[in-house]
Amino acid sequence: MSINVRFFASLKERIGSATLEIDAQGITTVRDVWTSASGQEADEEMLVAINKEYAALDRTVADGDEVAFFPPVTGG
Amino acid sequence: MGIEILEHAFDPWQAVADYRSNHLARSKSGASAVFVGTMRDFNEGDDVQAMVLEHYPGMTEKHLQALVNQSMSAHNLDDALVIHRVGELKPGEDIVLVATFSAHRKAAFDACREIMEALKSTAPFWKKETLASGERWVEKNTAG
Repeated sequence: MSINVRFFASLKERIGSATLEIDAQGITTVRDVWTSASGQEADEEMLVAINKEYAALDRTVADGDEVAFFPPVTGG
Repeated sequence: MGIEILEHAFDPWQAVADYRSNHLARSKSGASAVFVGTMRDFNEGDDVQAMVLEHYPGMTEKHLQALVNQSMSAHNLDDALVIHRVGELKPGEDIVLVATFSAHRKAAFDACREIMEALKSTAPFWKKETLASGERWVEKNTAG
């Protein structure tokens, strides 16, 4: 019963880790994942993906999901 | 359709020539539109010495594939090629190639612009610049 959490770019540096595994117990939404993994308030500019597809902070997560957090993208 | 993420420098013009010879029937596509993005040695008033481009392996490719697919259907393209660098880059190195192929020019021009803009605003890539004074993450892309 766990959720794989990934952080990219400046968020990875802010959290101090690229990946974390958290217990899915008591976790309902992406926002819960963020709070549990980071201990910080969610920043509304932050982008989220569940299983490598964009998702919103209020989306429900399931056991085994990969949930990623990253800042606005700057490619190209 | 071709989508590639490269960790080494590439020649976009050679890539377009190779893709055309290997994948396209030239007598069918009357129009080819190409955009190439190259690393500058300045940004926001500062000299930039180098850059690291990070991506989300798996998601970046999947996302590019979806947006190129969408544009290909919307504009009825014959084909499209997108190549994007990751890793360490020096000024003057090419970052991105978007090439679109269609029967007539409007579809190729429109789709090339559309794919490039969608890539810039939604594809998971992040730039970190090296300046004389240290490193900084690029917080947002320029408007156009």
